Amino acid sequence: MNPFLHLNGVDKSHGATRALSGVDLAVGPDELLVILGPTGAGKTTLLRVMAGLDSADAGTVLMDGTDVTDWEPAARDVAFVFQHFALYPAWSVRRNLEFPLRAPGRMLGQREIADRVQWAAELLHIQTLLERPSERLSGGEMQRVAIGRCIVRRPRLFLLDEPLTNLDAKLRETLRVELALLRRTLAIPMVYVTHDQAEALSMADRIAVLSDGKILQVGTPEEVYNRPESPQVARQLGQPAMNVFSVCARSGHWHVGNKGVLAESTAEEGISASLGVRPEHIEPRGGGEDAAVRVVEDAGPTWVLRVDWLGQEVRLIAGKEESYRPGQRIQPRVDAGRVIVWDCEEGV
Amino acid sequence: MRGLRFLFVGVYLCLGTLPLLWLGITSLKERPDTISVHLKWLPSGAAGAEDDAYFAATLDAYRQLGVVYAGADHAFYHYLKNSALIGLLSTLASVFIGTSAAYGFSRFPIPGAKDWLFFILSTRFLPPLAVVVPVLMMYREFDLQNTHLGLIILYTVFNLSLAVWLMKGFIDEIPRAYEEAALVDGYSRLQAFRLIIIPRAASGMAVTGVFCLISAWNEYGFAMTLNNQDAVTVPVYFAGLQGNVQGIPWPQVCAGVLLFVAPIILFTVLVRRHLLRGVTFGTLKQ
Repeated sequence: MNPFLHLNGVDKSHGATRALSGVDLAVGPDELLVILGPTGAGKTTLLRVMAGLDSADAGTVLMDGTDVTDWEPAARDVAFVFQHFALYPAWSVRRNLEFPLRAPGRMLGQREIADRVQWAAELLHIQTLLERPSERLSGGEMQRVAIGRCIVRRPRLFLLDEPLTNLDAKLRETLRVELALLRRTLAIPMVYVTHDQAEALSMADRIAVLSDGKILQVGTPEEVYNRPESPQVARQLGQPAMNVFSVCARSGHWHVGNKGVLAESTAEEGISASLGVRPEHIEPRGGGEDAAVRVVEDAGPTWVLRVDWLGQEVRLIAGKEESYRPGQRIQPRVDAGRVIVWDCEEGV
Repeated sequence: MRGLRFLFVGVYLCLGTLPLLWLGITSLKERPDTISVHLKWLPSGAAGAEDDAYFAATLDAYRQLGVVYAGADHAFYHYLKNSALIGLLSTLASVFIGTSAAYGFSRFPIPGAKDWLFFILSTRFLPPLAVVVPVLMMYREFDLQNTHLGLIILYTVFNLSLAVWLMKGFIDEIPRAYEEAALVDGYSRLQAFRLIIIPRAASGMAVTGVFCLISAWNEYGFAMTLNNQDAVTVPVYFAGLQGNVQGIPWPQVCAGVLLFVAPIILFTVLVRRHLLRGVTFGTLKQ
């Protein structure tokens, strides 16, 4: 299948700071691609380059096989949902929804405009709000209207910039589900930017992990979660985040410096590597090296423990059948079959 | 506390309105009453009342405004028309150019933008009268003396730095996302400016307009130096009556001044909501 949107080697700087470097990315014809990254990773810039609001310093943007790198935003026929909604205050919801349809060059009749507004309003359950001034909407309603303003004109591509970040947790969950349903109905490719890994994992067809303006990994949520290609990717996914150890293989075990043994190893003697261990893959009382519990957090169905182990802070998840308290000594053990090994180097 | 506040506001109100009140009273007098040694401040319908505090009220002065005095070329209304033309056109020009420039400074990465803005501000560092002579010489060269256009250009230039700086503040407050949404929705930059930015900057434009109009309306120094016939404004006209052989016609001067300040007061009252409110944005949650 040919990708609908294709970015090749996109660079972008804001003054002296490099926002994007060498970004290659493809979005399929009805795919939802989530761009995940911490604040300042360049996510919004990437989206703005796709929309044409920022122009790339180098590289090309292709839409449907056509080079649109130098096109104005208006010509690209994409929709952009802004983080802060960007509804026009003092205008009614209806007028906000009509605005894109009244753009010069679209030339739609009154009838068509009214029909499309009605269609979008029904899809987003905002029929009753149509005549209300947009500044008198709640956050969730505003975001629905903002999404409505984008779908009325049935764009070729949807770009969403952290659309749920400003909403409270419960609303976020509801809208997340609705967005997922909506995109099935519309079958329009979507690029969704977020720093929230839960959003990324639950919504995405594929996730692109962005850090410091570079794409670190692109893959399905499952691939990115289970087989992160680097410690940076691993640290961005998982709640709590993955533990990373610098280890060295000696006599069939991974050693953390000379602090002790982490897990069994089948690696060649003397190899050093970075080892990733998910918190859920550590057995708190498995009979490994001694550790001290520092903090016990209640995460609902489980405990999240932060322990001092092998000279660093390690996060692990423990079942609620047993109780833990700070200061307690435990002997965690790593499930050696589920560790991830990066950056192997021949030892000294 | 509350009483003290009322007292303060009350005193200030008296101080502020007394000159206007006195103008009003004087404009109803006949000339001898205006230069009487007794304080005459209560109007009465009948002429020649006994009490010294009373004067005979008449609207004569307002009727006299249409009359040409000795020493002047035209009646008052001619000069009021000059003032209105020059004041309004220069205000429109300042606000329009100021808003456009401010939008540019606010939205586009202009090389050396800070230096340009400082330069624009620096045009107001010298007291205007310091440049009277060079301006006079330039105007003579370009035949702009004694023209409306000359004063319009001059006031526009003087007010432009204020307009750019004020409007930049207002436009900076308008979130970029508003016009960017319009850009992605299929509008051009110019359409987004007209449909999205202008309505939201209207408050700021009204505020800027008031300031520009007041300064152009009241300007005296340049108006006097650059003109002695065609584009004479009201302040220059009144000042010119001083050499009048018949003495200064105080009631008419006061009537004229009242008419002259009325538009400014009216304009300010009309836009006071904007002056107070500044700009607020409801739907953009930061």
